[in-house]
Amino acid sequence: MPSLCLDPPVTSRLDPLDERWRSRLEELLAAGMGAGADLVEIFVERNDQLSVLAEQERITSVSPALGCGAGIRVFKGNCDGFAATNDLSGPALMTALEQALGMLGLCRSASASRWQGLAALRDYGSVKEQWLKACPTVPDAAERLRQATAALDRHGRHLQARRASFARDWQEVLVAASDGTFARDLRLHQTTGLTLLAADGDHRATISRRDGRADDPDFLANWPVEDVAVSACRSAGKMLYADVVKAGDYPVVLANRFGGVIFHEACGHLLETTQVERGSTPFADKIGQAIAHPAVTAVDEGLSPNSFGSLTMDDEGMAPQRTVLIKDGVLQCFLSDRAGEMRTGHPRTGSGRRQSHGFAAASRMRNTFIASGPHKPGDLIDSIDHGLYCKQMGGGSVGPTGQFNFAVEEAYWIENGCLREDKPVKGATLIGDAVTVLPRISMCADDTALAAGFCGSVSGSVYVTVGQPHVKVDRITVGGR
Amino acid sequence: MTEDASRMGIATWDLGITCGNDTSVQVDRGEPKQRKARQSTTAMVRVWNDQGLVGVTSTNDLSPPGLTAALAGAHQASAFGDAQSPPRLSPQARDPLTPLHQPPQPTLPMQTLLERLLDAERQVLSSHQAISTVPYNGLAQSQRERLYINSAGAVRRQSTTSASLWLYPRAEEAGRKPRSAGAVRLATGVDDLDLEGCIAEATERTISHLDYAPIDTGVYTVCFGPEAFLDLLWAFGSMVNAQAVLDGISLSRRSSLGAQVASHLLTVADDARHPGHVAAPEFDGEGTPTRRLPLIEGGRLRHFLHSEGTARAFADGSVATGHANLGAKVTLSPQWLDVEGQRGDSSLSRDSSSGVVLIDSLSALHAGVKASQGSFSLPFDGWLLSGGERRSIEAATVAGDIRSALQHIVACEGEPQCTPSGRSPHVWVEGLTITGEA
Repeated sequence: MPSLCLDPPVTSRLDPLDERWRSRLEELLAAGMGAGADLVEIFVERNDQLSVLAEQERITSVSPALGCGAGIRVFKGNCDGFAATNDLSGPALMTALEQALGMLGLCRSASASRWQGLAALRDYGSVKEQWLKACPTVPDAAERLRQATAALDRHGRHLQARRASFARDWQEVLVAASDGTFARDLRLHQTTGLTLLAADGDHRATISRRDGRADDPDFLANWPVEDVAVSACRSAGKMLYADVVKAGDYPVVLANRFGGVIFHEACGHLLETTQVERGSTPFADKIGQAIAHPAVTAVDEGLSPNSFGSLTMDDEGMAPQRTVLIKDGVLQCFLSDRAGEMRTGHPRTGSGRRQSHGFAAASRMRNTFIASGPHKPGDLIDSIDHGLYCKQMGGGSVGPTGQFNFAVEEAYWIENGCLREDKPVKGATLIGDAVTVLPRISMCADDTALAAGFCGSVSGSVYVTVGQPHVKVDRITVGGR
Repeated sequence: MTEDASRMGIATWDLGITCGNDTSVQVDRGEPKQRKARQSTTAMVRVWNDQGLVGVTSTNDLSPPGLTAALAGAHQASAFGDAQSPPRLSPQARDPLTPLHQPPQPTLPMQTLLERLLDAERQVLSSHQAISTVPYNGLAQSQRERLYINSAGAVRRQSTTSASLWLYPRAEEAGRKPRSAGAVRLATGVDDLDLEGCIAEATERTISHLDYAPIDTGVYTVCFGPEAFLDLLWAFGSMVNAQAVLDGISLSRRSSLGAQVASHLLTVADDARHPGHVAAPEFDGEGTPTRRLPLIEGGRLRHFLHSEGTARAFADGSVATGHANLGAKVTLSPQWLDVEGQRGDSSLSRDSSSGVVLIDSLSALHAGVKASQGSFSLPFDGWLLSGGERRSIEAATVAGDIRSALQHIVACEGEPQCTPSGRSPHVWVEGLTITGEA
């Protein structure tokens, strides 16, 4: 048990995570391999985070956070043991290694390991060193957020609460493994959020907008405050007096950008090798088979510049790839990490990700989207006599048997091939399962776009983007009242 | 800390620290899968500058340099503190504490955890031929040490232990959809966990969903199981949250105290110190002692959850209630809800009613609840009752408005049952919309 006395040995913030860690890491890796491990991996990180919140005209929260730690994972056969610690001192790291070894019945031995040592450091962070200094200061961020809440005030009606938020996450990571992997990276993720609550008597509407980018110090400065505020206020104006949607089965058009959350949740998670390992995906033996309508081609990649889910390397030190998951409706491959490759045979795709040192990496999505199709968005609307247009999606989730559900934040009826913006509806939830719904995505428009988000799963919360063009689902169950 | 604060000219500060040691195991069809151990520390430093503005910094580095850096960071952040409603140290942070009697339990070796979980998995797998995996399973134990100190001399310290077991089997029959349900148990130590009860509940629930049928979309009377009703109350916790009232995002207003917000059958308290609350906190993030707090009595709103700052802002004699979380902006959350309803319509019974939807568990509360609007639309696991017989519902959502739902409670059936998030009887609500998947 860690003590609360305030004088334990400790980490030093003046100890950069770079080549100077080589000998320490090699000592740990050699000790692990000498104990009989098949593979040992060490993930070291430091974080410098900041979040700022504006409510109405005031800055009500400025929260800096500093963190550090290491996660050590030991593989033996198909099993692994994982130990994490906040303490980056040599003795603490050795204790963590011994803990991980002990989980697999291994213990350090006096005999020398034949292990060959780490390869040359691949330093992806060296070109990013100045980014943190280029990020907005607290006064800069505060001013920008006040501009945002002021813009809401100018453009909105019946606003009861206005919030704008900014968060910055600076992460320095070092990955070393007994297969020689030795890599360093610096990561910058920044997000903005805008939320308003409109209320008029018993009518209420909550509208949110979120954006995020990776590796872009100028993100906040370039945040289009006015446009975002106008969009949010316009949605609030529509939704404040919207009728509650009547439950039933409808053809649905899902708007591009965040509409892609459905593919992410309903299908993407089922294409991670963690699901194959668990036996909880219906697609485990479907490679080469049609699992979706021929109109659907889906991709997961970590390469798009500044996209929220992009990576220079994954959390196992591997460069990311562009992974075609589904081509013309046919399943092509799974997303895999080191353990996934070992246990399922699906090759690694640079998708080993984790929230922090406190989690072992797992196969996770990055930028996941349905590719553009041949149609115009209007073609999809034209093809529907009576259905629903889902303009803004809320959050969602998928259950252990693949059943998904998604809240729709902003929706309108489609009648006789026309989008009825004068008939907004609220309270809709889309429910179904991937096996049933994927074949019903019958039309894809030519306007694929991405949206930033967060994905929570077995290895914690990670930065992702979701995306799609406007798509038509021939029939889906809409929960309502 | 005190010396560093003095050197920086900081007269008022407080510090909250949590240290933890967690171990957990997971198994997969008779084999160990992942074993995890985690040592973690988190500290939140809060300082007041000479203008009375507050700044915070959190860190996981508890060394003297680490805490000094956090103190300096908080001091810098205080320049941007909220001048309109700065918090103060809780006047109750030095009040005497009544200790809770939850003696820490010993930590068991990981091998012991593995053996027990493997045995539990084996029992689940052998319970029914349709159950071939338990994809979500785990046995975990945790030690926590919490400390709160402040410049006014308050020192709070508490050590707790807890253990948890979760089993979510997956069952599938030829030509039918896979089905899953599960069970969770909490205790202060692994030896105290109700393993047999968890195994039985996980298997019974999962098997009960094998024979499923679609449900017609319509308006139904719904009987919420204890977990489901508590989940719904937690999701709308902002109704009793004084900070949310001040922020204008609660369904309640200051004037709502005394109003009839629910059926007269419903009584709800928040009781962090209930014996059923595993690893219950003796004090909150501001050092304020926890307590039992009546929230709704006979359907009338009686109290809000308060921090030091909200109690002062209300200026109506309210005091901090032991529900605060330390931060640049202090937030509030319930600790452990205790529902004690009156029976109401005695003709309503899970053993004899027909056409009633019995909801066992709700899902996706983060997505399907609009707390500021009052609306919810949530997928659930449950059964359609017919003369007391249960038939699993294939897939469906339940939707409604929380204000209306609370007013339409028509019965509270059975003895309250303890769950990880509180205690509740089965609660019957009229007039909720169920959407079945076609």
